[in-house]
Amino acid sequence: MQNTLLELLYVMCGIVSFVAAYHAFSGKEQQSRIGTSLFWAILGIIFAFGKYMPKNVVGMMILVMAGLAAFKQVKVGRFYTHPPEFRERKAGEIGNKLFIPALAIAVAAFGVAQYTELGGLVGLGIGAIVALVLSLAVTRAGLKEVSRESGRLLQQVGPASILPHLLAALGALFNAADVGDVISKGISTVLPGNNVVLGVMAYCVGMALFTMIMGNAFAAFAVITAGVGVPLVLNQGADPAVAAALAMTAGYCGTLMTPMAANFNIVSASILELKDKYMIIKKQIPIAIVLLVIHIILMLTLAF
Amino acid sequence: MIKLIGILIIILGFALKLDTIAVVVVAGIATGFAAGLSFNQILTTLGDAFITNRYMTVFFVTLPAIGILECYGLRERAAYLIGKMKSVTPGRLLALYTALRTLAAALSLRLGGHVQFIRPLILPMAEGAAKNNFEELDEKSLEELKGLAGAAENYGNFYGQNVFVASGGVLLIVGVLKELGFNVEALAVAKASIPIAIIAVLISAVQFLGFDRKLARKNARV
Repeated sequence: MQNTLLELLYVMCGIVSFVAAYHAFSGKEQQSRIGTSLFWAILGIIFAFGKYMPKNVVGMMILVMAGLAAFKQVKVGRFYTHPPEFRERKAGEIGNKLFIPALAIAVAAFGVAQYTELGGLVGLGIGAIVALVLSLAVTRAGLKEVSRESGRLLQQVGPASILPHLLAALGALFNAADVGDVISKGISTVLPGNNVVLGVMAYCVGMALFTMIMGNAFAAFAVITAGVGVPLVLNQGADPAVAAALAMTAGYCGTLMTPMAANFNIVSASILELKDKYMIIKKQIPIAIVLLVIHIILMLTLAF
Repeated sequence: MIKLIGILIIILGFALKLDTIAVVVVAGIATGFAAGLSFNQILTTLGDAFITNRYMTVFFVTLPAIGILECYGLRERAAYLIGKMKSVTPGRLLALYTALRTLAAALSLRLGGHVQFIRPLILPMAEGAAKNNFEELDEKSLEELKGLAGAAENYGNFYGQNVFVASGGVLLIVGVLKELGFNVEALAVAKASIPIAIIAVLISAVQFLGFDRKLARKNARV
């Protein structure tokens, strides 16, 4: 049941992607028409039907998408959208009712996750449908506008939307090559085994650095804990629960500093229409470094 | 050492500001070959990982509703509402959002998201608050504000989540430690995550309030 609904959710994602492809193909002022519509159509196929296709074929399709993006063949179309005066006027007319559908996504997602066995992702999908119905009721917009607006928004996010999956795939290839073992062996052979301060620093900084490479603290945690954390910190008398908990959040400091965590740092920059796609990371780096230092201090004082 | 070639490509690619997608794909293929995989195996790994990680961009499904609401004035309304509250500044708003987001994450409430909250609600509110307290934002300040708004979501999301006993992070920690021969309780891990959650809220508040002061100084000069 849950898996069927989950696949249905991905089919819905695929439909949104097909809509973007349709607008790219039929848009009057679309640049790179073929490349752009091909990109979104392939992404739609992978979302909707990828589960049932041979994985190497999906891999080939991903290479085609990556090629289109790398050679700048995916462009944002020019969409008609209502002028600012229209939005101002509607904001006044409709008033605070506009917030109801926006908040309904979160409320429905939370309700489904909390009170059913369906999980948070299915909850988000149900929330999205509820929100769409409510927003049509509140604004009295037509389906044509829905299609245009979702096409416009997705094209705005652009090719960055496949980065998170590509990076996850890169992580899988790093694992196949045992990259983590090479790194943690390097760290633990360089450092003396009995210096607690150096050990704690290596564990925290190692988590942050390897998370920056992998883009994912979960992937880094097992590798760095086994290679660095156990010999240099846990075996030196640290409270394992405290040290490991802090090591994980030390890894999150790495997440804040890396473009490899694309869904948090790069895709979101496109969503906020930032001109500098590294702006979110630039703002996060000072905070992440301060927090990383605090992690080292906390681990030294709380775990020992 | 040859296995680290992917990392080298990534670092060089980002340093030279080459196209991110191209860099990642080349790094992946190179690492695959270094690990002794065939081209077909690399393609299979690529396809498989992409399919299992589709959940990372399920925000696609929320785009129709968000798009329609935006084009009927959701962001304008959010800015208008905040404009009526004189004591709200962009920095205070983002600090409050981070605190609430952290608290929600600690209770495992999934309230947040760049698509669902930051773009349609928080960012226009912050812009409205800036207009209200200071002058109209210039382009550079607007870029900075967007960056901080995006960061607020991440701070709140990351450091609160492990305070929840059954969160993915806590369960992973318990599982990995067990495999390595250390038995710990999930509750102990969750408790140990509390101090840094609070500290992260405070430190990020310093950053957000600093942005208010920067805007005020800029305003005073004009």
